[in-house]
Amino acid sequence: MGVRERERVGRHRRGFLRYGAALGAAFVGSHADPLYAQRPENSSPTLADSTKKLGAPVGPYGERARFETAVRRQAKTPTNESSWTFTPLEDSRGIITPSALHFERHHGGIPILDPAKHKLMIHGLVERPLVLTVGEIHRLPAVSRIYFIECSGNTLTEWEKPTESGVQGTHGLTSCSEWTGVPLSLLLIEAGVQNGGTWIVAEGADAAVMTRSIPLEKAMDDILLAYGQNGEALRPEQGYPLRLVIPGWEGSAQVKWVRRLKVVDKPYMTREETSKYTDLMPDGTARRFTFVMEAKSVITTPSGDQRLPSVGFYEIRGLAWSGRGAVRRVEVSTDGGRNWSDARLEEPVLRHAHTRFCHPWRWDGRETILQSRCTDESGYVQPTREELVKQRGLHSYYHNNAIQSWKVSASGSVRNVHA
Amino acid sequence: MHSVLVVALAIIYISPVSGQSPTYGVGREPSPQEIRVWDIAIGPDGKELPEGGSTAAIGRNVYAAKCAACHGKGGKEGPYDVLVGGFQSLTSARPVKTVGSYWPYATTLWDYINRAMPFQAPGSLSSQEVYGITAYILYLNGIVQESETISAQTLARVRMPNRDGFVADPRPDTNGLGKAGRAKPAKR
Repeated sequence: MGVRERERVGRHRRGFLRYGAALGAAFVGSHADPLYAQRPENSSPTLADSTKKLGAPVGPYGERARFETAVRRQAKTPTNESSWTFTPLEDSRGIITPSALHFERHHGGIPILDPAKHKLMIHGLVERPLVLTVGEIHRLPAVSRIYFIECSGNTLTEWEKPTESGVQGTHGLTSCSEWTGVPLSLLLIEAGVQNGGTWIVAEGADAAVMTRSIPLEKAMDDILLAYGQNGEALRPEQGYPLRLVIPGWEGSAQVKWVRRLKVVDKPYMTREETSKYTDLMPDGTARRFTFVMEAKSVITTPSGDQRLPSVGFYEIRGLAWSGRGAVRRVEVSTDGGRNWSDARLEEPVLRHAHTRFCHPWRWDGRETILQSRCTDESGYVQPTREELVKQRGLHSYYHNNAIQSWKVSASGSVRNVHA
Repeated sequence: MHSVLVVALAIIYISPVSGQSPTYGVGREPSPQEIRVWDIAIGPDGKELPEGGSTAAIGRNVYAAKCAACHGKGGKEGPYDVLVGGFQSLTSARPVKTVGSYWPYATTLWDYINRAMPFQAPGSLSSQEVYGITAYILYLNGIVQESETISAQTLARVRMPNRDGFVADPRPDTNGLGKAGRAKPAKR
């Protein structure tokens, strides 16, 4: 290890420790739901203390119960500004990710942008170049849509061998929100795209000045210029005051803090679509503009790091999603893939959104492997890891949507395995 | 009834709007100068590049002062992204994706340094410094000569070794059923 490497690791360790300290004791214990093991004890009948004194007064902005400890966890990266955090999927309920727990991926930290000063420029191959204020964008006809956003690097540690212990680490770079904003097509029609305009260069106002090229066709179809998330303004780490939301496509293209949209006649081959976010194949070629997030599912309960306290009934729960539309079917195997049963899809089942699936299961106390596999509206079926590796080798890095396996031991502990 | 409709249409379509956009009357037209200042993205034909140029010989000192601490004296040592070398490694068990071995366009290098480097002081380099650093990194990769001027006119013409290494997205590339075989009917 060279001096620089030691410095890098040291810097990282200090950063990680600082972050860990801020999170308190949340990671010291188990990720399992501690309430799972609890049984109603025998005790003399009494009324709860909470009925004998007044509760807390009303307040201006709510916080979750003090007993809830789920937090985002930071990846081990050399800096804290070009880094990412994972959503604690094992603690998620329903399909909406709380804004405060939405995964993060920043390339140069989170900028502080005053919405009264921030502006959006639309120019390039347009009839009428525009500079718009955030307030003007708020005045335009708005829509609200529930969409997942997944980083194309989600599950990247799991290509060669099981690496992350729990579902937060293996799959926590996906989150789902209700996004509110203006269809980008509305603004492009206002600006008037000229003949020859086929791509858009979207640019953020962060320190990385994150820039991606996006096909105009998708922009005219369903991209949102969003300012709302789950009923309030975007969180700063999600692009406040303006971001792109591109249904079903990789998160890195959904430029946050967006300040400029230039209509152009070709992709601009930015660093984040050439050097990064391209998928290297075994023959040395690399796939570029691999935008679509293919169908994927994962069991979130029971999942790695959890422990089943006893034999008996458990509801297997998980999330499924597809960048090609709606999830049509999720199957669950409780015997390592020999037999598959249809899981129940919890409503609502929305295009380009997380879909919750549930499956009743009685654990008999024997070692077994739990898996889920989803099929989307296009008929695409979530592949095994072997199938993906056969096509793409071990160095494509991004877009690992393989079937996940969780091994339940006879003691009830659950761990990440390749099966 | 008719007159109400006519009035409503007049409000929507006929009343003068304060802004530039035709239907909703929002926004204003940016001045050419404003567009020039904002328009920093450099496409592969390099037409947005500012006037200027530099050489690796000049860029060497700028690189040493502004880049080497993170990328190494020779661009290979790290600790952050390796910029130099990795040739012939893309098909190996340990691919090294550098500017020389992987990046398809030289314009990307100028664009990225200009917008986002140095990491701790993004946007702090002059365009002349960016030309110099770009030339030096290309020189370290053996792509240009030390004395060759890299400029608004020449950068887009630099032929990167992996220019033809990229392909369109062919997915879906799996049939999805794998060794588990076709799904059986639900058993409850």
